[in-house]
Amino acid sequence: METRRSELTPDLFEQIEAGSQDNERIVGPPIGFWRDSWNRLKKNRGALVGLVVIVVVIAVAYVGPLLSPYTPYGQDLARRFVDPSSQFWFGTDEFGRDMWSRVWIGTRVSLYIGFLAAFLDLVVGVVYGALSGLFGGRVDDVMQRGIEILNGVPYLVVAILAMLILSPGIITITIAIGLTSWTYMARIVRSRMLQLKEQEFALASRSLGANRARLLTKHLIPNSLGPMVVNLMFTIPLAIFSEAFLSFIGLGIQPPDTSLGALINEGYKELRFHSYLLWFPTAVFSLLMLSFNLLADGLRDALDPKMRK
Amino acid sequence: MAAAVNGENILLVKDLQISFGTYAGEVKAVRGITFDLRRGETLAIVGESGSGKSVTAKSLMRLLPEANTILKGGEAIFEGEDLLKLSEKRMKDIRGSKIAMVFQDPMTSLDPTMRIGRQITESLKEHLGLSGQRARERAVELLTLVGIPTPKDRIKQYPHQFSGGMRQRVVIAIALACDPQILIADEPSTALDVTIQAQILELLRELQEQLGMSVILITHDLGVVAHTAHRVAVMYAGKIVETGTLREIFYNPQMPYTWGLLASIPLPTADRSQDLIPIPGSPPDMSDPPKGCPFTARCPYAMRVCPTEFPEYTTFSAEHKAACWLHHPMAPNVEPPVRVRGTR
Amino acid sequence: MLRYVARRVVYMLAALFIIISVTWFISKLLPGTPFADQKLSAETRAQLFAKYGLDEPWPVQYGKYMLHVLHADLGNSYYFQGRPVTEIILARLPISAFLGVQAILMGLVTGLVLGIVAALRHNSFWDTAATVLAILGVSVPSFVLGPILQYWLGVKLGWFPIAFFESWWHSVLPSLALSVFVIATVARFIRAEMLEVMGQDYTTLAKAKGLSRLAVVMKHVLRNALIPLVTVLAPLTIYIITGSLVVEQIFAVPGIGEEFVRSVVVSDYAMILGTTIFFSVLFILALLIQDILYGIIDPRIRVSGAKE
Repeated sequence: METRRSELTPDLFEQIEAGSQDNERIVGPPIGFWRDSWNRLKKNRGALVGLVVIVVVIAVAYVGPLLSPYTPYGQDLARRFVDPSSQFWFGTDEFGRDMWSRVWIGTRVSLYIGFLAAFLDLVVGVVYGALSGLFGGRVDDVMQRGIEILNGVPYLVVAILAMLILSPGIITITIAIGLTSWTYMARIVRSRMLQLKEQEFALASRSLGANRARLLTKHLIPNSLGPMVVNLMFTIPLAIFSEAFLSFIGLGIQPPDTSLGALINEGYKELRFHSYLLWFPTAVFSLLMLSFNLLADGLRDALDPKMRK
Repeated sequence: MAAAVNGENILLVKDLQISFGTYAGEVKAVRGITFDLRRGETLAIVGESGSGKSVTAKSLMRLLPEANTILKGGEAIFEGEDLLKLSEKRMKDIRGSKIAMVFQDPMTSLDPTMRIGRQITESLKEHLGLSGQRARERAVELLTLVGIPTPKDRIKQYPHQFSGGMRQRVVIAIALACDPQILIADEPSTALDVTIQAQILELLRELQEQLGMSVILITHDLGVVAHTAHRVAVMYAGKIVETGTLREIFYNPQMPYTWGLLASIPLPTADRSQDLIPIPGSPPDMSDPPKGCPFTARCPYAMRVCPTEFPEYTTFSAEHKAACWLHHPMAPNVEPPVRVRGTR
Repeated sequence: MLRYVARRVVYMLAALFIIISVTWFISKLLPGTPFADQKLSAETRAQLFAKYGLDEPWPVQYGKYMLHVLHADLGNSYYFQGRPVTEIILARLPISAFLGVQAILMGLVTGLVLGIVAALRHNSFWDTAATVLAILGVSVPSFVLGPILQYWLGVKLGWFPIAFFESWWHSVLPSLALSVFVIATVARFIRAEMLEVMGQDYTTLAKAKGLSRLAVVMKHVLRNALIPLVTVLAPLTIYIITGSLVVEQIFAVPGIGEEFVRSVVVSDYAMILGTTIFFSVLFILALLIQDILYGIIDPRIRVSGAKE
């Protein structure tokens, strides 16, 4: 609403203090980096769906087997190859074992390995990259060459070789899978470390040595948290996939333990006549992969400072 | 600097209003500005970041992103047509041939994978139908015009083989390729070193005199303005708050924001005892622009009426107008700061 | 430019040397003894060991092996006694190569179309659909996709044969299974690249010159967006290699991948070692080609900057 010109009165022309207007009033509350990223993530429907699905799958993986009266290992040859029914929600396999329980137990194992391997990758990658960047010079060169050599062999082949040397078990599989995927994180952390070092050099008044600890804790870690989270989200499905792949060619989880990969392998053998043995683990597996990828994509976009408007 | 140019209008912008739809709401970047451009003159549009000057420039060539740009009103009449309402097909014909633009950052303005020569002849081919030998010759002419040595060799080279200043010259050459009537230069020297800045501005001035084209120069730097402009329009928060000839603005400014801008230029001849007077505070948020005069919050002379309503323009001469409540008969008499007081 | 290439080649050779050495060393760590599954007398076994040079000290074995490698001799398979590893690999190479190349070609073409359309129709239905499809393609691995394709297109609909490799028709399903990932990766990549290029100043300048949208896309956007696509070459090669391990199993295709899996199962260490080395060579070669190609297409590398 504007006052019409004829209504102007002399008192309106008194001077007022500048700044008494809230020009600087902030339109909206101050938003921290994480808050803002979370907001943006929420807008990405794909990522949200992914997140929800992951949570649901994890929940069912732990609760599911409890819902059925059967155990995943109990064999009953009288009930072999039963099609999915109200008694056996996912049917039974060639040993009469309840597939519902087996699928969810297998999911637990796959998830466990996936998270563990991804976490391992993260730790190794961060430490390696931080050290490489911190020392710089010759050490850094050598370490970087090391990474390039490591990347010279296809990662699954490395995993296969590792599994051949070590005997299959959850821990060994985790190590085998994690052997090569840490290099990406190492590179990122290293470049951040190098940036930080340069900045610290600019503060020439203090000696660099005393600040190293500060560098790491106060600057490097918080700064790299974003890429760390994104990297984690990408490596988990990769690890789950690698484990499934190893199991598929027989180098992974050994019976009677099971994982999604092992189940897919077994199911594949019965494709012709009992295809349901394949579809259920496949569906869970694909759902997990899809969800993690959606979430990782969304996270990467949300945490990327360049995308901020 | 040449005296004020009294030529015919070739561009008339009336009440231009542009907003952007963002996920945080509507941002009103340009809120009703009116100005005109005469033949053969350089009009400088001055303002801080966020004042809407770049948006204005881009809107004249319809280069703003279609997705979220809203034209809320106004017109821009050029050769009898309203640029804002023309079909895309018609705009294509005008862009690059009648109206051309020079961007701010020469390091990113050129296609890194295409030879310089080709980037110039693209324009020539599109609008003038030149090709082959003829086009190449013209490209060489243009490079010579903008002062690039050994142009015959240079046209075969790629942008990364040129320095920043040279690249900006190339961008200018591209803009001039088809003899445009209007050249819009959006902060043409801001991204360059100081010495190169002077060269580029000098180049623009010479070219303008030589070719007789009209130039709209967008800048935040009054020093740049002093060197090249005939007339000046001062923009703040989406509105034009003062316009006038170069002399009028520099020697007899009538609006506190203009005073502030002039007072914050460091002068080598100034008395050391006088402080630089920066303008405190920052421009308002354009998603919720203030109702009245947008400069109120930072204005040392603000009055109670200022935030309630945007002031009318007061005319001081044929070219000189300012929008400020201080010129209302009921307002107290106020002297501009010492530094800004000039000869009459 | 030539220096650039020469440097990369030397570099690759060094990396290869180290990889082969490490792989050889690892193969010595593999459990079990060669020929363990075959019932032999101690004498025969000793004779075999002598024949294969397995009784000599490690450094000697290493030296001999490396020397042989230089002559492209990867030793003889333990399983197929007497047959040189190199010969087995080369015999199966054309099949795997055919599947792989076909998969890449299919994937490239489809992926490019998908990705370009998605970028040009940014934020529209097509864009979202393409992105979702792409994520799906990346998430469903070939050993899941393979059986699905076999089941629906092979068994149920009977359009394609599901095993062996007797005609081109046989190669469709395996290549398809492999190509889905390629399609998805290429589509996402080119879409991201195009979007980035379209946001650049020089694209706006091209528009400011009065070029039509089509011209801007064809002459400026595509050229700049396609160049980085070369960097996808090496990762895709890795993917095809590892994917072939599974796909050839599922579709019973007699390629290198199938051989590798078999050699793992029967502990044919010479074969395992030889195939691993072969894969590494392939990958390193792909990296080299990628680097060289990139140097050729990107003017910023090909033409060294001569600043004023």
